[in-house]
Parts: sequence; structure tokens; C-alpha cells
Amino acid sequence: MSLIEVRAPGLLTTVQDFGREGFGPMGVSASGAADPVALRVGNRLVGNAEGAAGLEMTLIGGSFLFRERTVVALAGSDFGATLDDKRFEVWSSIEVQPGQTLRMGPTRSGARCYLCVRGGIDVKLFLGSASTHLLSGLGGFEGRALRKGDVLKIGSAGGTFRTFRKASVAAKAMACLAPRKILRVTAGPQSDWFSPESQKAFYTGSYFVAEESNRMGLRLEGAAIAAASSGEMISEGVSLGGVQIPASGLPIILFVEQQTTGGYPKIANVISADLASLGQLKPRDEIRFVPAELETARTLLAEQEKWLASKELILA
Amino acid sequence: MGYTFAAMETSASGRAHFRIASDRALIVYFDAPAKKSRSKAPPLQIAAESHEQVRRLLRLMELEPIPGLRNLHPAYCSLLIKFDAMKLRHAELEEILRGYMGRMKKVELPEPQVVEIPVCYGGEFGPDLKDVAELRGMTDAAAIELHSSRTYLVYFLGFAPGFAYLGDVPEQLATPRLTTPRRSVPAGSVGIAGRQTGVYPISTPGGWRLLGRTPVAMFRPEKAEMSLLRIGDRVRFVPISPEKFAKLKLENA
Repeated sequence: MSLIEVRAPGLLTTVQDFGREGFGPMGVSASGAADPVALRVGNRLVGNAEGAAGLEMTLIGGSFLFRERTVVALAGSDFGATLDDKRFEVWSSIEVQPGQTLRMGPTRSGARCYLCVRGGIDVKLFLGSASTHLLSGLGGFEGRALRKGDVLKIGSAGGTFRTFRKASVAAKAMACLAPRKILRVTAGPQSDWFSPESQKAFYTGSYFVAEESNRMGLRLEGAAIAAASSGEMISEGVSLGGVQIPASGLPIILFVEQQTTGGYPKIANVISADLASLGQLKPRDEIRFVPAELETARTLLAEQEKWLASKELILA
Repeated sequence: MGYTFAAMETSASGRAHFRIASDRALIVYFDAPAKKSRSKAPPLQIAAESHEQVRRLLRLMELEPIPGLRNLHPAYCSLLIKFDAMKLRHAELEEILRGYMGRMKKVELPEPQVVEIPVCYGGEFGPDLKDVAELRGMTDAAAIELHSSRTYLVYFLGFAPGFAYLGDVPEQLATPRLTTPRRSVPAGSVGIAGRQTGVYPISTPGGWRLLGRTPVAMFRPEKAEMSLLRIGDRVRFVPISPEKFAKLKLENA
């Protein structure tokens, strides 16, 4: 069995895959990778199934000692990685020898970097997913963020390999999949609760990602949106990327560890194609919202899916 | 856009309408959302009329799954439906749901369980009992009596794994949420918010006023039936002593 030893966990490193959809009636949040596009690409770089479990690092990466020969890839933001002091570029794969240490530091770009290992990270699945849900302490590695000294198992799904060819991501694909700070949104279920003036303020203002943002929600600072016609509504199901306006008027974008239901009106919802971008936003980043039609959102998602499934994505 | 927010009549008694929640989610409301209400406490009695329709639609969708669906989020009077946007469109899904709604009346709902939940009220387990009793002008004992006098309905599970939204709390006891939520509410805490009541299955931040605590596990990931409560179940709270709490806690451990 192949193992990875956590020498340093980084700021917040968790095991993530695409999460567990389908348990809303039990109140179970889907969780999953904050930037699923990066996780998918990372898995493709090492030859895994797209949804294999990897490590999601946040703002400051960790250090990992490999006990056996394997193939790893980094995807997402540049955390200044080195393999035994030799620079290892994000969006590429590399062969790792027993005893080698992969070290990451603070981010040089966005909020998250994914470490994918051939075979995937092997943890006990909870409701069909390896994803950690931090708030409830369920899933992933003991339901928590990694700590120094943890030993992770590598799955056997990758099989044994004899030869290794370094892989990287095509520049054209990278340009199309790059995270955005201008987020496209469709109308929310309570958009009409907000006056034209409030809507205008929302779509013309700049917002800054607040420090207290996390995997549950991205809290924003900027122009407060005048409270809707009624402060509190009857709780209802909420969707990923929903932009809710609480009494303070400062928007909160519901993120991967969101509650399954909520009682604040939602002015808009980030389109599916831009959800992965949310995973790369870090505190103090400046963002804006632009309205998109439903058909546009669908077309953009189809384009993204096409790139992610394309043979031209990975250069080997 | 080819899609409008059309309201529709269901064959059942109530009205239903659809709204786009996101580019891959549709929400069905039974009766109009109570957007005119200025009340802090959601008027659950309005929801109660539509709640059975939520359960019927949810049940039918569980019995006859629609290809391309990813998740269902039931609530008081609405059902949020998440789907794969590459496989379904909102208008297509609405069309299918209209068909389901036409057959909703015939759906047999699962027999509700009646679950008794033992609660040790007050003291360190129920730090807000005194305030609630004071705010509503009654003794602690009267507040306990009121809270445990009713058989509550499980409207839905949400917020956290196994967290059941129960109602309706007797009007005389209804108290708004805390102005500042606690950073950490211990697992098993029994709280009220307006006319809602519920048990925190896990330790989380929370703003409900805490009346007591149960030693019973509400969410058991190791069991086949993970959540103690399901939508549509009935719940009674049974007051117990701190000694009984300790004993049951040991038995459940």
C-alpha cells in the first residue's frame, strides 16, 4: 500500500472529490471541491477518473513525504511548489520517488491548489463521496482538515505503472478555464423583492471578499443592498452560488459547504460555469456581478464541459 | 428566453408556481411565498397547508426518479430541485413536474413515525429557558410544560445533517432568535426560533434559543437510517431529570 505522510498540513487542507449530491432531504450538504475544474484537470494529468479524491489546499500549502514511487499533479493556483527543492510547476504532473518531499508555500495567485495522486486519496466514503464537510465533521480524512503526522493512503485505482510521461495543460484550454473575478449571474428566486435601485447598486458596485469567508459562504464587503420588501422569509432550499442578502445588506455567496436550506432572499445566483472561480477567490479580492440569461449560462457551461472532456486539454 | 415564471393550478387543492433558482435549479412553491409578511417568525400555519403537497411531490419523485436530477431540498412550502443542466432544461423539468402534480393526490405517503425525544430542560443544558419564560411572562415550569405539550410535525430536514424543523411551537411560547448567534451550540441542544423548534444534531454555530438538551443522537452516520427523523414524522418532547439524562447518555454512547 502506498502512503503519503503529512509533514506540514498547510493552512487548511482537506480531502475533496465532487461531493455528495442527493441527500438534501436528510439535510446533508453536498460539499465537494471548491474549484472542481482544477480538481478535474489535476486528475486528468495523473490519469485518474475525473472525480477521484485529491487534496484541496487553501492559501498556504503543505509538505508531503511520499513513501513510494507515484505520479502527482498540481492544479489550480500557484503555491510555489518544489519537489526536493526543485521547482514543480502547477498544471503539470511529475513522477515522485520514494522519500521525496513535495513542498508548497503561500499562494502566488488564487485561493486553492489541488494535489492529485495517481490512484486518488483513499479514504472511507461517506454517502458515496470522499469529500470532507468541515462544519459537520463528516467525510474525508476523519471528517477534518489534515494535521502534521497524518498518513494518507493512496488508492489502487491507478494500477501499477511502468513508464511516466510528464503531462501539462494546453495553453488555449488554460485561457478558457481561467478563474474570473467578474461573475456572471442569473436572477435569483427573490430577485423581484429588490427595487430597481437595489438591483442597480448590486450590478454596478464592486465587492471585496471578506476575511471570514470560508467553504460555507463567501462574505462580501461593499455597497449594502437595501433590505428586500420583507426581512425574513419562510426557509426554502438554496442552491450553490446563490447570492443571499441578509439584514445587513452585505451579500453572501452560498458555497460548497452551504446549508441545504436558508431563510434569506437571494438576489442572484452565480452561473454554473463560474462556480469554480469562486473557489479561487481569496480575502480582499475585488469582484463584480454581471447579469446573464439562462441560455447564455447553459452555453458557457457546455463550452467549459467541452474543454474539460477534450483530448486536447492535456499535453503528454 | 423561452421560459417564463408562469403560475399554474395543480389538480390538488392548492396553487403551485415555479421559479428559476439557478441555471441548474428550479424551485416549486405551493401557495405564494409569504413575502408580504413582516413577522419575524415564519407563519408556519400558512406552510402547513402546502406542506403535505411538498411531501407528496417529494415522495412521487423518490418513487419515480426523473433522469438528470441531482438533489432535492424540501422545505415548509417549497421544493428546490437541482438537476444536470447538460441533460435537462427548466421548461422540460417543469413539464415533467406538471405531470407528476397531476398524479400527486394518489401518492401514498409513508406512515409517519411518532418519535419521543427525552429532554433535560433548563440549567446548563437550556441556558435560554429563563429568558424565554421571562420574555413570555411565565414560569420556567410553564415554559417546559408548553414546549412538551405538543406533538410536532417534522416539516423538513435542513441546516445540518439530521436537523429537523419542527412546528408549530405554541403561540404563547414563540420567541425570536438570539440577536447574536452562539459560536458553538452543543450537539443535542433543543432550541426554538419563532414558532419553530428543533434539535441540533451536531455542534455548530446557531441562533436558536436553547431550552434543553437530549441525550439521544439525532444523526447516526454509522446506521442505515442515519437520521432519527424523517420529513412528515411526529415528535413529542418528554421532560427528563439530569440523572435520567446521564443514564441515557451512557446507554447511547
